[in-house]
Amino acid sequence: MEQQTRRTVVRDSLGVAIATGTYGLSFGAVAVTSGLDVWQTCALSLVMFTGASQFALAGVLGSGGTPLAGALAALLLGTRNTLYGLRMAPLLGYRGWRRAAAAHVLIDESTAMAVTRPDRELARTGFLTTGVTIFVLWNLTTLAGAVAGEQLGDPRDLGLDAAVGAAFLALLWPRLTTPLLRVVALLAALVAAGAVTVTPAGVPVLVAAGVAVLVGVLKR
Amino acid sequence: MIWWAVLGAGVGCYLLKLAGLSVPARVLANPVIARVAELIPVALLAALVAVQVLAAPEGRALVVDARAAALGVAVLLLLARAPFLVVVFGAAASAALLRLL
Repeated sequence: MEQQTRRTVVRDSLGVAIATGTYGLSFGAVAVTSGLDVWQTCALSLVMFTGASQFALAGVLGSGGTPLAGALAALLLGTRNTLYGLRMAPLLGYRGWRRAAAAHVLIDESTAMAVTRPDRELARTGFLTTGVTIFVLWNLTTLAGAVAGEQLGDPRDLGLDAAVGAAFLALLWPRLTTPLLRVVALLAALVAAGAVTVTPAGVPVLVAAGVAVLVGVLKR
Repeated sequence: MIWWAVLGAGVGCYLLKLAGLSVPARVLANPVIARVAELIPVALLAALVAVQVLAAPEGRALVVDARAAALGVAVLLLLARAPFLVVVFGAAASAALLRLL
C-alpha cells in the first residue's frame, strides 16, 4: 500500500470532495421542486449541511408532509453524524472554538477521509480538506441547482420526482454492507409503504425508524 | 412554517454533530445504542426510497408508475458503479422519457 503523506491525503480528499460537492446540483433542483424557495434551499445547505437530512426534509415536504415531519426525518438522519463525532473526537483532538467550527463539516465524507489515517496530523488534513472543500462546492452547486430548477417548468415532465427516490437509493446503497442491514432496509421499506395507506404524508418515514429501534433492541 | 423547519432542523443537525465531538465516548459503549444508531440511517433511507417511489401523488395510496421504472434504472446504474449524479439524473431522464411515450 502507498505510504500516506500529506500530499496523498490532500489528493485523495480533494477527489472525494469534488465528486461529492457536485451533488448539490441535484439537491438544489429537487428542493425547489418540492416547495422550498431558493433562499430556504440555500439556507439548508449553509446551516444544516448534511446531504441525506437535506434531501429528507425536501422529500417529505414534496410528498405533502408537514414541515414538522420533514424536520423530524432530517434530525433522525442527522444522528449518524453524532456517531461519527464520537469516533472522530479522540482522533482530531480539537478543543474550544476549533471544535465548534469542525463540527459543522463533520459529515459522511470528511469522516471517511480521516478515520483511516495513522496520526492526528494526517487525520486533520483529510478531515478539513474534505469537509471545507465540500462545504464550498455544495453551497455553490445548491444555488446553481435551485436557480436552474426554478426555470425548468413542471418537475414531473423532467422526471425530477423520480430523481428523489434514486438519490435516496444512491445514498443507501454503500451502507448495505451486511445481511442484517439489508434485512432492516427491506423491512423499513415495507413498513413505510404500508404506512403510506393509513397515516398522513411524512409519518411513514418516521414509523420506519421504529424498525431500526426494534431490531437494534431485540437483536443480541 | 417552512422557515422554522429549515432553521430549526438545521441548527438541530449542527448540535447533533457538535454533541458527537463533545460527549464522552462511553455513551456509545452501550451496545444497544450503538446498534440502533447504526441501523437508523439505513431504515430511514430505505423508507424514503419506498415513499418517494410508491406513494400516490394524491395521498394515501400506493401506485406503480414511471417512478418505479426509474428506480429500476437507478439500481442498474448503481450495479454498474455509476457516479451519484449519473444515477440521479439517469433515473430522472428515464421517468421523463417513459412519460413521453
